[in-house]
This record gives sequence, structure tokens and C-alpha cells, in this order.
Amino acid sequence: MAEQNFRTCSITGLKVHLPVERLIKANTLTALIFIAVGGAAALLAALTRWPAVHLLGPEWFYRILTAHGFDMLIVWIIFFEIAALYLGSAVLLGVRLAAPAVGWIAYILMLGGAVLVNIMVLAGKADVLFTSYPPLMAHPLFYLGVILFAVGALIGTILFFATLYMARKEKTYTHESFPLVTFGLFAAASISVTTLIHGAGIYIPTLLWSLGIIKNMDPSAYRLVWWGLGHSSQQLNVTAMISIWYLVGALSVGMKPINEKFCRTAFVLYILFINVASEHHLLVDPVFGSAHKIWNTGYIMHLAVLASMIHAIAVPAGIEVALRKKGYTKGLFEWFKMAPWGNPAFSATMFSIFIFGFLAGITGVTFGNAQINITAHNTWRITGHFHATVVGGTTLAFMGVTYYLLPLIFRRQVWAMPLAKIQPWIYGIGVAILSSSMMLAGAYGIPRRHWDIANFGGSPFAFAWDPTVYMWLGVFGIAALMAVLGGIIYVVVAFGTVFFGKKV
Amino acid sequence: MSIYPPDKIWWKPIDREEKIWLILSVIWLMFTFFLMPVLHVYGKQNPPELSYSVTAARYEDLANKFIQKYQVKDEQGNPVALNGVPVVHPEPGGDAYIIARAWSWEPVLELEKGKTYRIHLSSLDFQHGFSLYPLNMNIVAIPGQDYIMRIKPTSSGEFSILCNEYCGIGHHTMVGKLIVKE
Repeated sequence: MAEQNFRTCSITGLKVHLPVERLIKANTLTALIFIAVGGAAALLAALTRWPAVHLLGPEWFYRILTAHGFDMLIVWIIFFEIAALYLGSAVLLGVRLAAPAVGWIAYILMLGGAVLVNIMVLAGKADVLFTSYPPLMAHPLFYLGVILFAVGALIGTILFFATLYMARKEKTYTHESFPLVTFGLFAAASISVTTLIHGAGIYIPTLLWSLGIIKNMDPSAYRLVWWGLGHSSQQLNVTAMISIWYLVGALSVGMKPINEKFCRTAFVLYILFINVASEHHLLVDPVFGSAHKIWNTGYIMHLAVLASMIHAIAVPAGIEVALRKKGYTKGLFEWFKMAPWGNPAFSATMFSIFIFGFLAGITGVTFGNAQINITAHNTWRITGHFHATVVGGTTLAFMGVTYYLLPLIFRRQVWAMPLAKIQPWIYGIGVAILSSSMMLAGAYGIPRRHWDIANFGGSPFAFAWDPTVYMWLGVFGIAALMAVLGGIIYVVVAFGTVFFGKKV
Repeated sequence: MSIYPPDKIWWKPIDREEKIWLILSVIWLMFTFFLMPVLHVYGKQNPPELSYSVTAARYEDLANKFIQKYQVKDEQGNPVALNGVPVVHPEPGGDAYIIARAWSWEPVLELEKGKTYRIHLSSLDFQHGFSLYPLNMNIVAIPGQDYIMRIKPTSSGEFSILCNEYCGIGHHTMVGKLIVKE
């Protein structure tokens, strides 16, 4: 391997393999484009669900909602995660990426799949929403697009493992253990493999069914396997997000894990137990008996929750210890007051931790209880919950780390820093209010994925909701505008930096 | 730091603070874990246990026979319907059927307060979500599965059934009714 293919980062002292830098840039920029597309869809969907505006017609509402779900939950997040995997392996270990060409194949497959899905959805050939539950059927190319994307992501993940292996084999990484962030991303990548296997397991038969080769798709079996993809992919997001917390904690305040054993054990618990918990999506389904549901969602999921509880103390404690070491030791909270809140990466991470911990995690565990699930299943409580996890948690954490990727990988100073500084605050507060108002409206029974809760499209059985619902829907609308504004600032600052930022 | 290689030996005992947190977490998790099975035994609102696999044609046949047998008649002996959907008064304590299909709930059940019913629920086409307002009770309706809820109404009045699983372009118009008499 040629030494001239590396540069040494002047800020972190890390050795950066140049081909991997190009791959990280491509994946990050593509993720940014898709968060812009998904964000535009979010705005349209939110303005429709806000009864005072009720913007789109039903056809376009369900279509846009399908695009919003796919572009945000899958495309934006996974492109960013692939970038994070390359960063966590090649850059953090200071080694070469095992096979950059394979990385480009993965990138092209993912991009092709994502574009194909978007075309099919916007052309009205796949009005099946994100879950694409049969017997609703989309155009075969929609399923093919999902499969191409998943295969690309799987190749990217395998490249991550291959890079770790090459680092050992070529003895370019000589330490006993990998850094914690790499270890966390290793956990995320492991979960990703089982997730993508579920994805192939369900979307390949569904593709064949849409082509008429398979005659029957059993809806219950589909739900079981699909949620092995649908939920596990969110667990993989959680694991990647926590790795990013450790990464930004280290870069922004010099945080050290309070105890490596403690943190790493938690990641192992995720690998072992998080996937099986997917069945809490089936708590009010027929087919499975209670004993099975209790075993799956009660016992096993709680071992994964234990892992989250470990990170819930380890991450804030690590930040506190690092700030106290800087001399902020007065009283209980001087460290908190004196933390670098003006650093957008740090403030985004803190918002991510708060929103994920208090709004997302607690509600998630609560809704996973079978008896409570009866009052929550498919209501807006669920939508509010996962906007707290995936938007307030994962997306915000990824936004935060972007403010480090820009100077360290793109080697440009963040452009319009004053805007960047307020971005996590606008976005974080917006998303926190957004997900809370969704959960509160959902507590009255407001269904998710519903075009017209006010008039039910003129159904003769239409009824009137408790009027409180409309207050929460109004709060939701305003919070959605705030979150979208935060999202626009993020995309503008990121692209502005790439094009106009001063070279580092 | 978490981005640099750790010390050679990092398997070290955890501190007192983390131990306390861990113990508290395990206690809380044990509580929430045992809550679920305990409520299944002593609780009054649990997910239905029973389901059978059934074809759409067979389910439709069973439900139609049920509707014909128990449809409410007015003074002249004409069958009663609400917005074109038959109103059905099942035998107290007996079986009742609800058909979910794009985009209606059929029939309108008229139940008696304090009596326990076995309510069958299945879909004839797509996946639907049975959501009872204002109780906010939500159950999945899947084609091919006859899901049986044992329900004892404890309050009287009119309840609405709405669909909360996307089932096509008319999904939001899929509303039905359930009546409980004193």
C-alpha cells in the first residue's frame, strides 16, 4: 500500500486514507440530498395533517407519506451510516479501506435503488406506504429498488468488516482492542447484517409475488419477517447513534468512556437481544399467543433496554467527567452550564441524548407493554415515539457529527457559523414539541397515516373528536414548521460549507 | 478517548455509582417485565388470545349468516340499517362477527351492557386496523385470520370504529359504528 495515499489530519492526528475520504464525501452528500427530499415531503405531509391547512389531496398525501418514510428512515440514515462505518473503520484505525472499488459498487447500488423507489412512488406506482403490507401491491420495480438499496448497504457493511479484518491481517492496526466508537459501529454493523437478511427474506418473495411468480403472500408471515427489518433497522440506528454520541463527545469535550467494560458490554447486549424485540409490533396481532409475545417483548427486549440504560448513564457521565477535568467543578451543575453549547456538534448531541432518553426511550418501553399497546397501536402515539427516536435521536446526532465531518473530511470551515450554532436548537426544540404533540393527540386515538381525521372524507359515520385533539394538532403544525426550518438551515449550511467554506 | 485505542487492559471493575444505577435499572426492568404476565392474569384489558386461520370466502359466509339471523327488525318487520349498513343485535353472551373490507365495517353491532360477547374480526381484502373511539382500543384485522375478542361492554352509548391501518386511497373514509344498550 502506498503511503502517499494517506494524509495526516492536523486536528486529530489521525491518518486518513484518501480513497476512503472520497467515499465518505460521496455517501454524506447523497445523504444530504435525500434529507432535503425527505424534508420537503415532511413539510407537505405535516401541512396536510394540520387540520387548519389540510394541504394535499388524499392521493398525494399517501404518496408523499410513502416517500417521506422511505427517504428519511432508510435512504438518508443508511447513506450516513455507511459513511460513519467507513469513518469508524479506516479513518479511526488509520488503515486503508479494504476495497474502495467495492465501496463504489455499494454506493451505486444504493443510489440506483433509492432513485428507483422514489421514481416509482412519485409516479403513483407504489401507494403502499413504508410498510408495503400485502395484499396491497406496488409495481415490481419498487420492490426491486428496495432490494438494490439493501444489497448495496449490505456490501458497504461487509466492506466495514473486511477493513477491520485487513487492519489485523496486515498488522496496520497494532493495538489490542479497537476504539470504543469502532466497537459500537461494529455492533451496529452486526445488527445491520441480520436486519438486511430479514429485508432480503421479505422483499425477494414480495417481488416475486408482484411479478406473479408466487401466488400467495401470507399477510401475517409478512408482518413477522418485515418487522425483523422494520424494527431492527431502527435498532441499528440507535446503536450507530450512540457510537456517534461517543465520537462527538470525544471530539468536542475530550470525553473518555467512564468504564470501557461497562460501555462495551452494553453494545454486546444490543447485538444479542435487540433484534428479537421486533415482535412488539405484533402485540395486538392474531396468530401469536400471549406467552410467546411476553417472552419476546418482555424478557428479551428488556436486556436490550438494560443496554440503553447503561449508555444513559455512561454518556452523560463521560461528558461530565471530561468537563470537570477542564476545571468546571463548582457545585453540581457548573460543568453543565459551562459546556460548549455554542458548538453545534455538541449541542446537537446533547439534544439528541435528551430527546432520545426522555421522549423516545421511555415511551418506547411503555408502548412495548401489551396492555398499553392496545391503546397505542397504530395511533399517533407510535408516530410521535419514533419521531423522537429517529428524528430527535438519530438524525440530530448525525447532524451534529456533520459539523465535524465538514472540517475533518471535507476540510472546509463551517460556513455561516452563526446559523450553524442555532440550528440544533431550532431543530431539537421543534422535534421535541412535534413528537410530544403527536403522542398527546395519539392518546385520544388519532390514527397514524390518516388523511382526514376531521371529516373522514365525508363518511356518513363521521364523528367528532374530543376538541383538545385540535389544540395538539395545531401545536404539531407549528412544531413541524420549526423542525423543517431547522432542517433547511442544516442542509444550507452543509452544502454552503462544501461549496463556499474556507479551506482548512 | 473513545476514538483512540483503549488501554491495554480495559476489563476493570465498575464504580459504585454505575453499580447503583445498574441495580436500579434491573429492578425497574424486572417490574415492567413482570407487569405484563401479571396483567394477563389479573388485568381487565388484554390483547385477545384466540385466532383461527380462515379463508375470506368462509369468513364472509359465516358473517353474512350471522347478519341475516340477528339483524334488528322495526315494527313493520323490515330489517333495520344505518347508512346502508345492517344493524345487528347478537344473542347476549354469544358470537358476533365484524367484517372489515375496503372501506367499511359491517355490520353495526348492537350489544347489551354487562354481557360478554365473542366478537370475531377479520378482513376480506387488505390489512385493516380496528380502532374503537372514544375508548382508544386498537386491534389488527388481517385477511386469513379470524381474531376473536372476548368483550364485556361496561358503558352504554354509541362508539365509532375507524380504520388505523392504511388500506388504499379511501382508507380515511372507513368508519363504522358500535352501539351498546343499557
